[in-house]
Amino acid sequence: MRYLPLTDSDRRAMLAGIGAASVDDLFGDVPAQALDAARFDDLPNHETEMAVERRLSALAARNVAAGSVPCFLGAGAYRHHVPAAVDHLIQRGEFLTAYTPYQPEVSQGTLQYLYEFQTQVALITGMEVANASMYDAATGVAEAAAMACRITRRKHVLLSGGLHPHYGAVTETFLRYTDITVERLAPDPMGIEDRVGRVTGNTACVIVQNPDVFGRLADLTALAQECHAAGALLVVAVAEPVSLGLITPPGAMGADIVVAEGHAIGSPLTFGGPGVGLFATRQKFVRHMPGRLSGETVDEDGRRGWVLTLSTREQHIRREKATSNICTNSGLIALAWTIHMSLLGEAGFTRLARLNHQKAVALVERLERVPGLTVVTPAFFNEVLVRLPGHDAAGVVDRLAERGILAGVPLSRFWPTWPELADGLLICATETNTDDDVAALVAALTEVLR
Amino acid sequence: MTGAHTPASAAATITGNRGLRIEEPLIFEQGDPAKSGVDLPRPDDRPDRLGGLARQGPIGLPGLSEPEVVRHYTRLSQKNYAIDSGFYPLGSCTMKHNPRLNERMARLPGFADLHPFQPVSTVQGALAVMEALSAWLLGLTGMEAVALSPAAGAHGELCGMQAIRAALDARGDEHRRVVLVPDSAHGTNPATAAQCGFKVRGIPGDDRGRVDLAAFKAALDDSVAAVMITNPNTCGLFETDILALSRAAHEAGAFVYMDGANYNAIVGRVRIADLGADAMHINVHKTFSTPHGGGGPGAGPTVLSAALAPFAPLPHVVRDGEGWRLIEHVEGDMRPFGRMKGFHGQFGVFVRGLAYIMSMGKDGLRAASGDAVLNANYLLARLGASLTPSFEGPCMHEALFDDRFLKGTGVSTLDFAKALIDEGFHPMTMYFPLVVHGAMLMEPTETESKASLDVFCDTVLALAEKARAGETALFTEAPRHTPRRRLDETRAARHPVLRWEPPAPAPVHAPAPAPRRVAAQS
Repeated sequence: MRYLPLTDSDRRAMLAGIGAASVDDLFGDVPAQALDAARFDDLPNHETEMAVERRLSALAARNVAAGSVPCFLGAGAYRHHVPAAVDHLIQRGEFLTAYTPYQPEVSQGTLQYLYEFQTQVALITGMEVANASMYDAATGVAEAAAMACRITRRKHVLLSGGLHPHYGAVTETFLRYTDITVERLAPDPMGIEDRVGRVTGNTACVIVQNPDVFGRLADLTALAQECHAAGALLVVAVAEPVSLGLITPPGAMGADIVVAEGHAIGSPLTFGGPGVGLFATRQKFVRHMPGRLSGETVDEDGRRGWVLTLSTREQHIRREKATSNICTNSGLIALAWTIHMSLLGEAGFTRLARLNHQKAVALVERLERVPGLTVVTPAFFNEVLVRLPGHDAAGVVDRLAERGILAGVPLSRFWPTWPELADGLLICATETNTDDDVAALVAALTEVLR
Repeated sequence: MTGAHTPASAAATITGNRGLRIEEPLIFEQGDPAKSGVDLPRPDDRPDRLGGLARQGPIGLPGLSEPEVVRHYTRLSQKNYAIDSGFYPLGSCTMKHNPRLNERMARLPGFADLHPFQPVSTVQGALAVMEALSAWLLGLTGMEAVALSPAAGAHGELCGMQAIRAALDARGDEHRRVVLVPDSAHGTNPATAAQCGFKVRGIPGDDRGRVDLAAFKAALDDSVAAVMITNPNTCGLFETDILALSRAAHEAGAFVYMDGANYNAIVGRVRIADLGADAMHINVHKTFSTPHGGGGPGAGPTVLSAALAPFAPLPHVVRDGEGWRLIEHVEGDMRPFGRMKGFHGQFGVFVRGLAYIMSMGKDGLRAASGDAVLNANYLLARLGASLTPSFEGPCMHEALFDDRFLKGTGVSTLDFAKALIDEGFHPMTMYFPLVVHGAMLMEPTETESKASLDVFCDTVLALAEKARAGETALFTEAPRHTPRRRLDETRAARHPVLRWEPPAPAPVHAPAPAPRRVAAQS
């Protein structure tokens, strides 16, 4: 067995040293009843590397890789080109096979990149500080809601209907058995969400997304002022991190906590996971923040170095009084994010964002000429909602999939019981879409909607 | 300070570098914002449709070419200890070898390049992977259902405890709000219970390092919702009374949550269903060899008993004729307690874990847990005479020592750990579990050779002798051969510096400050 170094003669020698007759003897504390009951007859035995590779490759071949066809899917997961250097670097064993940096003297590599990650996240969100990552944006939004309740000592959380439905569902689930009330506004892709009067003296925070799940960009400055006037916080979720290279960041609009899904920078889609939750806030709230933090300090020789810090917030110290139960987070995906951001730099990141927006504008100009299709989203980054009056968007998506085009995400995927949303389709363009992709989509949509 | 232990830092070089150990500034202290390591096509010049929300002013990111970025992160990587480079006996963390086949499989375009909202007809192979992993986890544990979506161990705990809460609510048992947690538990257990609205009540251990059965039974009443029990426990011992514990819990109307952090000790030998568990998370990034990545990503699929299965969170994968279906919304009479995570869980980790499980098979997993336990008992046997084992063996997959053997030497557990770093090892887990003084918890895993264990044991034994011989400075001044020596954690916490800030502009006529990257000379 290729992963097990011990030989039978090693085992015999070691057992002799221990004073046990067999390996099974070492399991003497396990009730015999449980050992006897254990049956694994239906499970296969070990396989060679070649055999496993063959079987898993056959399963992979049963999927349509998004990059093998024109793909316009977004809705929280965005397909971007990841430079080859990123995947090479994150596979260095010193990064890949290290544990959480509990021994800082032999973990300066991890601690320094987390510090760089925290800085990059703070810069692009326009916030003061960021943590070393959450699992993903959905769980990050849930943690932000709980954090806002800790800060304000209030128990009511208001979720915009433009928040990604998975972020909303995870937040509801996360807080379901606490004394916090979660109010979720209905999805309203056509109207302007009425939040006036909903922010009260009991509201801990309002959570909105920008661009929202329907692709809409909004100026959140007035909402932030309204929240602050009521003593509430504004939490802003960002599903597409590349948008922060072009649009006004949430911090500049008055956000108190910003949560973003980072996986679109540095990582492949991988069916949606693992992702990385970016989590940023104001300096004054840092002791209420969940998750790990890398902080600068000096060593005994006075040299700059980094350690995990403010761990008195965390479960391994505070146990039931911790700010969160999170332990393992998303370190390696954070590393991929940081390396991709470092490769892009200021010039590359802003250009990538402009490129995405220009691709989307070009796509929208073409879509606006397709009969039977209406582009709904007025101001957008790289994704828009279109309506296909008289058509079931999911059916249209299936018909285009048969033609080898991944056309978009139908709203019915999230709201299957809302007939008024059944003709809605989210379409996204990124730098990976070619002019040929766009032409193929437009031609197929024109034909199917005829 | 004795002459024999002059800090390595005393031998100054011009650059501050020491051969392969190279000082590396932050990415923000390098480059030029005009540079980029990515060539992108020129965007069109169509009028934007941003609704007046275009970003104003620069972001402040640095700019570097690809070679500069590759060198920067390569240098950073060289400041890390990792399982690839050496023995990593970090108790409770199961730092086993991470096979590279797992990585290759996860990168197949048919897995890596899948959008989570593609039509289900185009992702049948992905659903088959999720189903195959589920089948393995259920077969190995004997449980009824599995929720794949939790992202890590603590997230899996949350899944299991929320399922318990949902089941209690469904049967109208709304007065049960206490969760019993042994004193030796991981901190995540009480944190998770609190997050589900439960009150935590501690249960003491006995002098054998196990849960005190009498105290446990005495604590069971009709306010108890569940017990969270780690088995094997964090002392590295199997809970010999586990059947009596679960029976008593069930008879009292409570559920049994099992923390699967230590599942590697029993995988392929014992089914947790046969121990009376109602839920257990499985750390795929421990037991099933997917890399820990410096702190994630992991995956924490949570297996559930028949009593909890109806409450499993969405999404579910179900058989649909010849293919598979992904259930993302409530259908029929299912009663999921909600959704744990965006999209469909840690799919990339599932592929890696499945590649490992298929490689090992049931025979290989049984051999692995056997070797993991053998290796730990070998450490216990070889070190037991010189160090002070906290409890009598045999142990399971990890061996627990305390600091009695250091009494009077002036050397602490922390000092001992730092001396191990100088000898080229990653230290054991220190000061956990909390139930013994100055804990040293060593988990060798099954992927360590006898030769590797022998070198480690020889070193630990020699260090223990030196501690007893009064060579205190060898420990208190350690580590001396690392990129950084002991770091000032108090300063980091008192004056948190959590991000880089551009240096303030230097005042005119002031002398230029010394470059920060050059090490201070002592």
